[in-house]
Amino acid sequence: MNDVKKILLVEDREADARLVIEAFKGVCSKCEFEVIQDGESAINALSQKELKGKTSLPDLIILDIKLPKRNGREVLKEIKSSVTLGAIPVIMLTNSDAREDILDSYEHMANTYITKPLAMADLIETAKFIKDTWLKK
Amino acid sequence: MTEITLLLVEDKPSDVRLVMEAFKETGIHANMSVVGNGEDAINFLLKKGQYSDAPRPDLILLDLKLPKKNGHEVIKKVRETDDISLIPIIVLSNSDAEPDIQKAYKYQANCYITKPFKMSEFVETVKLIEKFWLNRVKLPKNK
Repeated sequence: MNDVKKILLVEDREADARLVIEAFKGVCSKCEFEVIQDGESAINALSQKELKGKTSLPDLIILDIKLPKRNGREVLKEIKSSVTLGAIPVIMLTNSDAREDILDSYEHMANTYITKPLAMADLIETAKFIKDTWLKK
Repeated sequence: MTEITLLLVEDKPSDVRLVMEAFKETGIHANMSVVGNGEDAINFLLKKGQYSDAPRPDLILLDLKLPKKNGHEVIKKVRETDDISLIPIIVLSNSDAEPDIQKAYKYQANCYITKPFKMSEFVETVKLIEKFWLNRVKLPKNK
């Protein structure tokens, strides 16, 4: 269908956020981003959206781990412990390749885990796969 | 390069062949085990019976419409079992029915991909899945 795909990007580094949005622009004209820069605000925003109803929810969440206030692992835990929010695909996109971050993310049902940095061409390819896999409807 | 072990749960020999073909074309080196029904998939993952020496897969490619136990039941069982709960599950199914998709995500499949009808597109899709999951993604490989 022709509806907008809403992506919540939780990323505190503006430059990184810009790159992600740029990468998606080329492969997904219907994608609209909301950027939140800390974990606590992300959790609050998602709780608000959950109360408003299904149509307020993002179609996809892209989540960094190193975030101010509450980190991405905590945000992921909150998301996946909710029946409504838990069904939203969550892509971890982070600088961390620490085993504990990877394992913890999958244990808490992250849909996938990708490490930065990515060259723009790779980021675009990744954005395309993400869009084709998780934003089809 | 670390070796990847895959479990393909697929009852249609033609689709198994297409997945194998896709693998050969990407040149990505992976050990693939194949089982043809949901019950065998669960026994493989739990190392039960004839599967007592089965390797723990790093990734599962899972059809939904399977004999004995269906794909949704397999997802549920994997997620409920501590040792294997975090193995990424990629559903690769003929069904594009919304209830099937929603149920798979509800049970925490990592992603859901509908098999294309055309053989060439099927192979391309599997190649893209491999490239993404085996090259781009960090998998929760243990040890």
